[in-house]
Amino acid sequence: MTAPALTARPPLPERLRWAAADGLTLVGRELSRLRQEPGELIAALIFPAVMVVLFGYVFGSAIKVPGGGNYREYLMPGLFVMVSFTSVMAVTLRVATDASRGVMDRFRSMPMARSAVPFGQAGADLIHGILALVIMAATGLIVGWHAHRGLWPTAEAFLLLLLMRHALGWAGCYLGLVVRNEQTADQFVPLVFPVTMLSNSFVPTGGMPSWLQAIADWNPVSAATAASRQLFGNPGAPTGGRDLAWPLAHPVTATLLWSLALIAVFAPLSVRTFQRRGR
Amino acid sequence: MPDEPIVSAEALHKRYGDTKALDGLDLAVAPGTVCGLLGPNGAGKTTAVRILATLADADSGRARVAGHDVAAEPDRVRARIGLAGQYAAVDEKLTGRGNLRMFGRLYHLPRREARRRADELLERFGLMEAADRQVQGYSGGMRRRLDLITSLILRPQVLFLDEPTTGLDPRSRGEIWDAVRGLVADGTTVLLTTQYLEEADRLADDVVVIDHGRVIAGGTPDELKASIGDRLDVALADPADAGEAAKVLARLAGAHPALEGARLTVPLARGAVRLADVVRELDRAGVTAEDVGLRRPTLDEVFLRLTGRDTEPGPGPDAGPGEPAGAGPREQKETVR
Repeated sequence: MTAPALTARPPLPERLRWAAADGLTLVGRELSRLRQEPGELIAALIFPAVMVVLFGYVFGSAIKVPGGGNYREYLMPGLFVMVSFTSVMAVTLRVATDASRGVMDRFRSMPMARSAVPFGQAGADLIHGILALVIMAATGLIVGWHAHRGLWPTAEAFLLLLLMRHALGWAGCYLGLVVRNEQTADQFVPLVFPVTMLSNSFVPTGGMPSWLQAIADWNPVSAATAASRQLFGNPGAPTGGRDLAWPLAHPVTATLLWSLALIAVFAPLSVRTFQRRGR
Repeated sequence: MPDEPIVSAEALHKRYGDTKALDGLDLAVAPGTVCGLLGPNGAGKTTAVRILATLADADSGRARVAGHDVAAEPDRVRARIGLAGQYAAVDEKLTGRGNLRMFGRLYHLPRREARRRADELLERFGLMEAADRQVQGYSGGMRRRLDLITSLILRPQVLFLDEPTTGLDPRSRGEIWDAVRGLVADGTTVLLTTQYLEEADRLADDVVVIDHGRVIAGGTPDELKASIGDRLDVALADPADAGEAAKVLARLAGAHPALEGARLTVPLARGAVRLADVVRELDRAGVTAEDVGLRRPTLDEVFLRLTGRDTEPGPGPDAGPGEPAGAGPREQKETVR
């Protein structure tokens, strides 16, 4: 957009108000979609529950938790993080679908706030994030997982997981705006799993070859998992003593930094890409 | 033109990589009229609409829509236009009503007004029965209609329709045409891109033919047809008479007739020859004509003449220039979504 556009714009507070209102409308759109497709919602919610049961009992039957403890207690933080990471793909897919079907063009042709569309898309994903965490926590409680450290650390853990998810949603939004094509976006889906597996989510990293361990230790998935273990008071939380990689020694800080970095990079990129496409 | 144009473009240029999409496009559309932007695929029709609808920036040149410069005041333009595309740009997962309400909110209508306007549009354009069904279950024609009315939420002064009926069956196409006529009766100005000459013929007050990103002709459909004159068609009983008949026609019309099967066609200046003379001269030469007719050219023929190609090569790359106008393309494009 060229400079003279500024002269024709309403004042900043009004623009911010509209940006927020438009963003909320798009979040509301996601709720309407879920209402229209209850089957899809149920499928999306069954997936994390199945993961809990599957990983908990299949891996759990063979894996020893370092320092002792129930494997399912060890596993749950990893699964919370893993499911949060899948949001990258979910958002990419939704944004790419909008782009390829012309819905993005309609948004662009309307006098709505330019930043509202990426904000709305990333915001809409939080609905899925909250639902997934609720259903997983419930399943986790059934199979013997508990948060041991009381209300605040538990709340902190869930908020941290949501922040991480939101940050990843921005990355997904950018990716979707760039690929613009649902088929292409679909092909990225399998890539998420190796990233989440290459971490301390399911097995301790101590037994990995040292080069792989270094990658796994610095993987944001590991930091977020370690942070959740610490805040939930679940086994496998990093303790001082051995030479821990920095993100594992300070998992909560590391997760916060990772999230803020992702938002700092991908939020402006997404907004700019949305505005610029086709220009 | 009596009125100040409501859509105007001056020397628009737009380049995508090595391709010149627009190469100095000029355009002026009078308020309350339908302007048909006609051209082969890749002529720059869609690029022109994208620039006028503020989706893309021109590399150079100026464009004003509804009194505002598209580059300098895009939000003012956006508040005064509607855009309906080739694709149904609505959310397939939502219901028709849900879409209209959501877009109404995004147009910053108050909640109640957004609901009221949604119902009003659904009622007027015959979608009330399907209002609470998901769009993914709609027929192609219903989707287009929903797409069209979504762009009407704000009662735009200018409506851009980018190939609004491509791929629709004739009945759905007729429904879209009726809707557009209704809008124009309300005073909306419509800029329509189309590959269907019939569509331009039926809807447009003015037709602008563009090719290679530039205007190559313009005028009312009648003016354009008149510009290439009338046609004299003679169907022969015996193709062997073609040589003799061609001589007669060449002498009368002053041009060489084209032969296709047992049919001769020759262009005529309006009023140059009387049909009775043609019949008598052919008879005198001993040629039996099964049918002799004087007819206006179709827009297809105008188009073929102007661009040297057919309107639409269709989906297959092999259907190139030289294919008879009006025969293949329309049927080929009739893909049902």
